[in-house]
Amino acid sequence: MATSRRSAVVRPSVTILSPRLARRLWRAAGYAGIAIALLVVCLPLYWMLTAAVKTNREIYTLPPDWIPLAPTLQNFADAWNAAPFGRFYANSIVLTVVGTTVKMLNAIFSAYAFAFLRFPKRDVVFVIVLAALMIPEEATILPNYLTMANFGWVNTFPGLLLPGFVSAFGTFLLRQHFLGLPREVLDAARVDGAGHLRILRSIVVPMSRPVLATLLLLSVVNRWNDFLWPLIITNTSDMRTLPIGIYFLFSQEGNTVWGVVMAGTLFVVLPLLVLFLAVQRHIVAGIAAGAVKG
Amino acid sequence: MFAAFVAPNLFLFAVFSYWPLIQNAYLSFVEWDFISPEKLWVGLDNWQRVLTEPQFWTIAKTTFVFTTVSVGSLLGLGLALALLLNQPLRGRDGARAALFAPTILSGSAIALVWIFMFDPSWGIIRVLLEAVGMQSPRWLTDITWALPAIIIVYVWKNLGYTVVIFLAGLQSIPKELHDAARVDGAGPWQRFRNVTLPGLGPISFFLLVTNILASFQSFDIVKVMTGGGPVIATTTLIYQMYQEGFVAYHAGSAAVYALVLFFLMLAATTFQLRFVQRRVAYS
Repeated sequence: MATSRRSAVVRPSVTILSPRLARRLWRAAGYAGIAIALLVVCLPLYWMLTAAVKTNREIYTLPPDWIPLAPTLQNFADAWNAAPFGRFYANSIVLTVVGTTVKMLNAIFSAYAFAFLRFPKRDVVFVIVLAALMIPEEATILPNYLTMANFGWVNTFPGLLLPGFVSAFGTFLLRQHFLGLPREVLDAARVDGAGHLRILRSIVVPMSRPVLATLLLLSVVNRWNDFLWPLIITNTSDMRTLPIGIYFLFSQEGNTVWGVVMAGTLFVVLPLLVLFLAVQRHIVAGIAAGAVKG
Repeated sequence: MFAAFVAPNLFLFAVFSYWPLIQNAYLSFVEWDFISPEKLWVGLDNWQRVLTEPQFWTIAKTTFVFTTVSVGSLLGLGLALALLLNQPLRGRDGARAALFAPTILSGSAIALVWIFMFDPSWGIIRVLLEAVGMQSPRWLTDITWALPAIIIVYVWKNLGYTVVIFLAGLQSIPKELHDAARVDGAGPWQRFRNVTLPGLGPISFFLLVTNILASFQSFDIVKVMTGGGPVIATTTLIYQMYQEGFVAYHAGSAAVYALVLFFLMLAATTFQLRFVQRRVAYS
């Protein structure tokens, strides 16, 4: 041990350690690094969970209790009564379900058309869709608000939903995927007299499940957490979604009743957290695959 | 059939992407408060006023600092963690999932959790800092510390995405390359420099550009945690666009900020597309 350490000083190279020792040190450093990262990631979530079940007096205790001494569900009841969370949930669910469904249908139909249907100037039209990827929401939000105001749709579901129906990224991703499907299967179906809708429903969609699932989950996450547009387009609490509602709850209650505010944030994140735990393997793998390919 | 399949999407693009872009350009040449029936044509006045305000350059600098520090931290920490998770360690799939979890959570909810943690009197961060003998700054109300606080939260929330993508990149490097280098007597550091890093080139570039674009669009954390303050210490370009448009009702200035943001993002995307095109041409 002593000799190996001395020689390491003389020739500062990792290779001087016996390979087994080096591997062990590397392993130990790996576990330590990951453990620290996990602590940093989990601490805020743990702190939110515990504050949500602590009494206000326990929250204002120093040093803090790492484990709540007298867990209570009172904060959840108080939060639910402090703001119309039932309404927020309904609005968030409508935004997520309707928004995602229409966006997905748009992406699937457009991608199918660009991959398999003949049309004059098809590639020019495709470039128009693709170029829209370069127009960020931020550059259009002001005129979009004015458009909605002209239609009288500020603070309504059409106003909340409509701008989110477009799909550029999804169209692009699905078209690439559809082009990779085995041509023979599609041709065979066509020879058998299947129409486009039939081919789409019984061949293309079933053969694209993984990529569709990834796209679906991404869209659900984005809709549920969307902040800027719902903040601007809604102006009464009965139209607010959860992320906006919790923000206003905080600005009204201020930072004095943290237990109630943390219970409210749990209302916002819990559905997605549960969804994520259920399907995290698909999300993580799908996102990774998309990036490596694209 | 083609028309029926594509029409809804195209129609929505026309109404909600292309037309607004034109209208945004028009709004940047008028003075208007959202209410009066007349939009007053003022030519380049808005552009001139905004670009010569000292405030604009402060905001541009804040955006630059926010983007470079966040993206630098994301790429550095992301690569380090991906390298660790690429080892044959027990429980690494679980660790990967846990690291990814914050990216799917609402930024507004997460921001509230961190306000609670940053509380200078009762927050857990104060407790932790004092445990190692440091004094806690008054994070969100201190001009010096508000932006670092925002960056910490932003990096915390988005790190998992970068880790997952880097990890996928690492796993796509053929194992034979590593083995060949080892046979040739390359040590771990040499293998990292000559096999791993070049193999990660394209994916690092992808992460660089997507992270820059995402950082330009980061809004919810700033809005909830500081509201752009104290004073304008955490006001970024997108936040100022919101502030001018939907708080101060200066349509002209807001349009200028929106277009500045648009051109910056366009530059980043074009840069990426040209790079990607070269790769795609061969596949």
